[in-house]
Amino acid sequence: MALSNVLEIPTSGFNFENVARNVALEGLLEGGHTKTPKPMKTGTTIAGLVCKEGVVLGADTRATSGEVVADKMCAKIHYISPNIYCCGAGTAADTEKTTDLLSSNLTIFSMDSGRNPRVVMAVNILQDMLFRYRGQIGASLILGGVDCNGNHLYTVGPYGSIDNVPYLAMGSGDLAALGILEDRFKPNMEMEEAKELVRDAIHSGIMSDLGSGNNIDICVITKQGVDYIRPYQESEYKDKRQKRYKYGPGTTSILTEKIIPLELEVVQETVQRMDTA
Amino acid sequence: MDSQIKGVSTGTTILAVTFNGGVIIGSDSRASIGGSYVSSKTINKLIQVHDRIFCCIAGSLADAQAVTKAAKFQISFHSIQMESPPLVKAAASVLKELCYNNKEELQAGFITAGWDRKKGPQVYTVALGGMLLSQPFTIGGSGSTYIYGYADAKYKPDMSKEECLQFATNALALAMGRDNVSGGVAHLVVITEEGVEHMVIPGDKLPKFHDE
Repeated sequence: MALSNVLEIPTSGFNFENVARNVALEGLLEGGHTKTPKPMKTGTTIAGLVCKEGVVLGADTRATSGEVVADKMCAKIHYISPNIYCCGAGTAADTEKTTDLLSSNLTIFSMDSGRNPRVVMAVNILQDMLFRYRGQIGASLILGGVDCNGNHLYTVGPYGSIDNVPYLAMGSGDLAALGILEDRFKPNMEMEEAKELVRDAIHSGIMSDLGSGNNIDICVITKQGVDYIRPYQESEYKDKRQKRYKYGPGTTSILTEKIIPLELEVVQETVQRMDTA
Repeated sequence: MDSQIKGVSTGTTILAVTFNGGVIIGSDSRASIGGSYVSSKTINKLIQVHDRIFCCIAGSLADAQAVTKAAKFQISFHSIQMESPPLVKAAASVLKELCYNNKEELQAGFITAGWDRKKGPQVYTVALGGMLLSQPFTIGGSGSTYIYGYADAKYKPDMSKEECLQFATNALALAMGRDNVSGGVAHLVVITEEGVEHMVIPGDKLPKFHDE
């Protein structure tokens, strides 16, 4: 049977093994004043909306590690299947691995069943997995895609809650982006207008949120195919880096020169023949 | 209770009322995080678990969605094995088993309502710890505390469908008006032997009371 979870056979009922493990871990760490990691919103603005011809997803490209920008051109829109893409906010490693796992499962499922995956199926697999891990996987995802049932946009929270929505923003810059979307979203928008609206929403997130910045990526999914525009718009604040730090001879001037010859006496001389055939 | 729910919570108002020939189940549509951010204005809290059985959810959205998913599967399987539509009590019991056996980890409560051939229209409450109770009508969620007086005073057994609709709409409107984590639109589903009718009343069309 073509199963959606190729690596593990799903068992019925709930599996709360990880809860006992987490409680035990927290007990161990308590003494050293460390708590188990909470899902973090690590500086991101992602947004998506459903328009007449398909789904438009957008994201900024800044990845932060504490107060430092770790990656200025990180890709936050992940490939799931030819007709489904997913934006990820939260812990970068978690979103990366979760979407990777989902993509692998769906590819094998497509081959086994001979059908293109549906967006609801991807959402259900994500929900089952994230719920099982009780929020320890810090992934807030926006899943968008086009299938035989139409154009879909879903939000998946880190604890495993899902919602089907026409427009959406997530990440630390979500409130700024949501403001733009709430103001200008209309159902059944034209493609160009939709792309501009998503761009404006991400731009607003970049301007108003310290954790978001750099360039804007846009991904357009329609029945005909996918247009992943990376970058859709480059940052206005680019610096010119030299990136070549080679110093030619004469850069440092020589002021004085002193030569001291060392007088050496030959004390012992030995010759050893070597066969070098 | 709401502030302790991790992730998205359905701080909510839900209710179910039997009338002469059927049952009306209703809810608001707001989902919140941490009691101060509305994460969704249009969340669906009325989940259909079988042809004539619905349940409304309260508590952690993730937990409630996971439980109703498992329950839908189990009820469907039970119905196929028995070769007949499930009883409302059976559906409620499935939810109760899931809630009771996993009571340490789950934070979700349900109201199950529906119609079956054996007992007609029924309403069951499944509370947080897994208590199962059958009542002619019930209210739940954080917003329900504001309408206990109204519900107790205005409920009459054997109402007509229109009277019952008015009762449910008024109750939801009053609760949504006072509870900050309930709001959005009012969803109502009327379940009778003939079928299922879904109604949505947008916020501005809800009945207005004094000071509004």
